[in-house]
Amino acid sequence: MSELLEEMVFPLLGRAGLLEAEDAAAFSAPGGRMALTTDSFVVRPLFFPGGDIGKLAVCGTVNDLAMRGARPLYLTVGLILEEGLPFPVLERVLRSAGRWCEEAGVAVVAGDTKVVERGSADGLYINTSGVGVIPEGNEVSVTGASPGDVLLVNGFIGDHEAAVLGQRDGFDLQVSVSSDCAPLYGLVEVIQAAGRVHAMRDATRGGLAAVLKEIASASGTAIELVEESLPLREEVRAVCEMLGLDPLLMANEGKLVAAVPEEDAGGVLRAMSGHPLGGEAAVIGKVTAGRKGEVSLITPLGSHRLVRMPSGEQFPRIC
Amino acid sequence: MRFIDEYRSPDILRGLLDRIGDIPRPMTLMEVCGTHTMAISRSGLRPLLAPAVDLLSGPGCPVCVTSERDMGKAVAIAGIPGVVLATFGDMMRVPGAGGTLLEAASRGAAVKVVYSPLDALALAEREKDRKVVFLGVGFETTAPSVAASLLRARERGVENFYVLSLHKLVPPALRALVEMEGFGVEGFILPGHVSSIIGAGAYSFLADEYGIPGVVAGFEPADILQAIYALLGSREGKPSVDVAYSRAVKAGGNPRAIDILYRVFEPADAEWRGLSFMPASGLGIREEFREHDAGAWEVEVPEPEEDGKCRCGDILCGLIKPPQCPMFAAVCTPDNPLGPCMVSSEGTCASYYLYDARGGRGSWLRG
Repeated sequence: MSELLEEMVFPLLGRAGLLEAEDAAAFSAPGGRMALTTDSFVVRPLFFPGGDIGKLAVCGTVNDLAMRGARPLYLTVGLILEEGLPFPVLERVLRSAGRWCEEAGVAVVAGDTKVVERGSADGLYINTSGVGVIPEGNEVSVTGASPGDVLLVNGFIGDHEAAVLGQRDGFDLQVSVSSDCAPLYGLVEVIQAAGRVHAMRDATRGGLAAVLKEIASASGTAIELVEESLPLREEVRAVCEMLGLDPLLMANEGKLVAAVPEEDAGGVLRAMSGHPLGGEAAVIGKVTAGRKGEVSLITPLGSHRLVRMPSGEQFPRIC
Repeated sequence: MRFIDEYRSPDILRGLLDRIGDIPRPMTLMEVCGTHTMAISRSGLRPLLAPAVDLLSGPGCPVCVTSERDMGKAVAIAGIPGVVLATFGDMMRVPGAGGTLLEAASRGAAVKVVYSPLDALALAEREKDRKVVFLGVGFETTAPSVAASLLRARERGVENFYVLSLHKLVPPALRALVEMEGFGVEGFILPGHVSSIIGAGAYSFLADEYGIPGVVAGFEPADILQAIYALLGSREGKPSVDVAYSRAVKAGGNPRAIDILYRVFEPADAEWRGLSFMPASGLGIREEFREHDAGAWEVEVPEPEEDGKCRCGDILCGLIKPPQCPMFAAVCTPDNPLGPCMVSSEGTCASYYLYDARGGRGSWLRG
């Protein structure tokens, strides 16, 4: 085990706090409020266009910090490896995780590795926890949306799920779309410099639908989306049409939804659009004082359709 | 996206809606197919059609019409050691006698979601020491591809590939419906996919024998509105069955698919949820393919419980709409479905729940 750590984990993930092989990492914390989060990552396949489980495990956790307005500082990484996992696979995953830690500006300060019997895990699971610091006045909560706010998203939705679906066994989809997996704090900084943010969430599992339901419920407001304004890549739309999937429910790994006051929306949209992760940013709807927790979508014909909290996994239809 | 955007153009749709709204007397129509039900709800057409057109949903969701007993058989087969049950994902959460396939899987049964019967065949070729049973659910649309997989299994000598055929035929169900007492539907929006296989001629008895018109429709909003408009116009003159989906449906259907289908299957009695047993309303596997027929296996299936709470059966016959079921949305939701109409991605209850219902009983868009 120590060989594994010395030869693979430390060189690839860095050994900032791990240096002394202590039981716990000690680090200095800046003053003010902190944010702390944890998430576990299981994905099949482990590698997909635009990402892999290592990148996902770093981005997922730093993005959860970023959604509170926190600048990510430190991560812990827990690896659960299935006996017999080829070393080159592990190496590739860790190399990717290391690279994206650097990109996101976080240091891995503690970690753990366990090996479980063959058949007890699907190759490799990763847990990451993250600590961040919230700059004065930048704290964001999912409860803060208020009627009149404008909702923005930083680009095409559904890319991640389409990319992963295209790689699944038994799905011979010729999709060339890549996952949007990316660390979002840089974008958050730009957004917060451009205007006030009342509520923010990254639209991961459950897609835009889940996030909007959460924002509406948590802040006691209603949300109205405009169907035609949803940014959707032609190719992803085709996948959804073919398999009977709803783009609103498709998972993303690099998309956030922000509720901002109407007067700040123009500035925030411009700021987003100028950032590499916001080129296709769009206004997708607004927060209203309607029935609490209700999310509806205005169709191109002007009728309202409900958006529900997704339930379980989306299954492709029979015919 | 070509061939989709044209059929969703708001200008075209508004024009059709205006013309439909001008009819002198409201009309009750039934969309037979679950994919139509979903398309109507998803595109928000239901409220826009009121009050001119009242739409009832029919028995055209293959998942929904699968009986509790048949579902129980699938669950029992999945539980046999050495068997892998391969199924479309839609079937995983359908409640039946003895629970759902998802529950069976959590008890250790080998259940695998596949996207096509050929995937199940490939699985059988990979796992030669296990019996792979494909759960054949669907109408005339799906059955030819299942038949093709059995023909291929025979050709390649794949002896461990089986099919549990729960396939059903649409025309016998429609005949049973129109013969029901008090059936008040004045016109049918007929299924597009099924008709591309069997042809529109298969429904001519509706007009000829029962005087009820029908129009075969595609699945885009403009297709559906066009079919509705044609049905409204058919009140004058002799009732007929027409095609408003000619880009996919020919009068004679797809003879090659039909040929493949009947090489493997033959009409058989089938049990439908809501419509009970109907003679020659399903597809059984022919004697020549008996060694691939998992339906012939002796398994013990618990007797279905009749608690009468779930009204899927009445919904499938167009007797009530989901909000009229006391369980709907209050007790029965996609997370806790009492019946398949709330589970399937083509189910009537699911489509009302997902897109139309506004929450709180008694305050639905239309009851």
